Amino acid sequence: MIKINITKRLHGSDGEFELIFKKEIENESFITVAGESGGGKTTFLRLLAGLDSPDSGEIVVNDKIYFSSEKKIDLAPQKRNIGFVFQNYSLFPTMSVFENLKFALKDKNYSFIDEVLELVELTELRDRFPNTLSGGQQQRVALARAIVSKPDILLLDEPLSALDSKMRERLQEEIIKIHRHFKITTILISHDISEMYKLSDRIVMIEKGVIVKDDKPQNLFLNRKQSSKFSFVGEVLDIKKVDIIYRATILIGNNITEVILIEDDLKEIKKGDRVLIASKAFNPIIKKI
Amino acid sequence: MSFEEIANIDFSPFLISLKLSFVVTIILFLITFPIALKLSKTSSKAKPVFEAIFSLPIVLPPSVLGFYLLMSLSPNSFIGNFFKESFDISLVFSFEGLVIASCFYSFPFMLQPLQSGLESVNRNLIEASYTLGKSKLQTIIFVILPIIKPSILSAIVITFAHTMGEFGVVLMVGGNIPEVTSVASVAIYDSVENLDYFQAHIYSIILLILSFSVLFFIYYFNSKTKKAFK
Repeated sequence: MIKINITKRLHGSDGEFELIFKKEIENESFITVAGESGGGKTTFLRLLAGLDSPDSGEIVVNDKIYFSSEKKIDLAPQKRNIGFVFQNYSLFPTMSVFENLKFALKDKNYSFIDEVLELVELTELRDRFPNTLSGGQQQRVALARAIVSKPDILLLDEPLSALDSKMRERLQEEIIKIHRHFKITTILISHDISEMYKLSDRIVMIEKGVIVKDDKPQNLFLNRKQSSKFSFVGEVLDIKKVDIIYRATILIGNNITEVILIEDDLKEIKKGDRVLIASKAFNPIIKKI
Repeated sequence: MSFEEIANIDFSPFLISLKLSFVVTIILFLITFPIALKLSKTSSKAKPVFEAIFSLPIVLPPSVLGFYLLMSLSPNSFIGNFFKESFDISLVFSFEGLVIASCFYSFPFMLQPLQSGLESVNRNLIEASYTLGKSKLQTIIFVILPIIKPSILSAIVITFAHTMGEFGVVLMVGGNIPEVTSVASVAIYDSVENLDYFQAHIYSIILLILSFSVLFFIYYFNSKTKKAFK
């Protein structure tokens, strides 16, 4: 169990505001922190990792006090057992993939490195240097490196935002796989609705440093809490009028699909919107391809 | 020009210069690295003040620096007196004095490449190392030093070469005592003064070749490492 109850004054682009974060996070859960840029999300992760200090409050991870303003405790990042994956990968450029992972290893159990490399399918790249890898490969190494240190919490700071959509999808699978396999409590920062929908148990929305929503993804994105079995988040690419109806072209992941809209829908939905497509799914057609 | 003439030339000034450069380079690396580390991290308002002080030897005429050093190291000064009384070391017109003076003179040439190298290290890399449980010292040794290897090399080579070539400060503080403080550059001046142009030629061409080799080596190495890491 992770207990967080902290405050910190931040200087945003439009003035000062206070980050107030109070939440208990179950072990082995997957939380996404979402919200506008400059709203304090990255700072929140840095406070957890010990890279910055809160002004007041308490962070307790599995009964170990990471920070307590009352008890004047502020553990250094080295003393907290946390894996941090940065947006810009942050691999050590002078070390090979294997050496990067070895650097993170806290015991001499080298077979664990190979196990993790196997899991993220990087075994073939183990002797390559980061500058010879693609962005997606680098981020997989960064993820693997964080895992190798066997952290209590895994913090992912927009790890996929610099990647193209195909790579992003692949890494989302990778993250799910890692989370299922190692059951590490994970906190992800993301802007991508489909990403947070796919990955997280709970989504916490922050605006100007304050939690405005904290719910399961289904409840957050399916307004009427419908029991749809088929629901996808997509982006409206185009809306065309065909006779009396409208035909919307929607991108879901890498697939493009078309949905019929009526005039009333256009009041809410326009080109470029993020939308949720759901079906009551009485008889979905399933076919082997 | 015969072989005998060349064989007769006294090469001890080069030995003194090499010894001086070697000692100064080691001392300066150890002194400036922590300072460069501090400067690269701080955003304090006092930073430009320190940077200006540390860079003074670049713009100050060597004779000015040499004069102040001579004044503050002489046996009549507090520091000079202290060394004379306690360790029986004279800080002027001695090799020890040359080392101290050269450390001041070459200080910015070691500091600046190190500082800019350290400033170019992505902060996230250091933080990544901390979150992986590595101490500050471990991070410096295993993460930072390998990354700034080209800067370290530049700093060391330039400092070495610059100390080899100094003249004004050395002349002021060290004088021109054969086999003690008579370094290569001073020996050239001395030869010309004695109208021994042959010896001056030999000394000069050696320094010229040495300087070129040093610079060529740095640029060649740096272009290679840039290819390897970019």
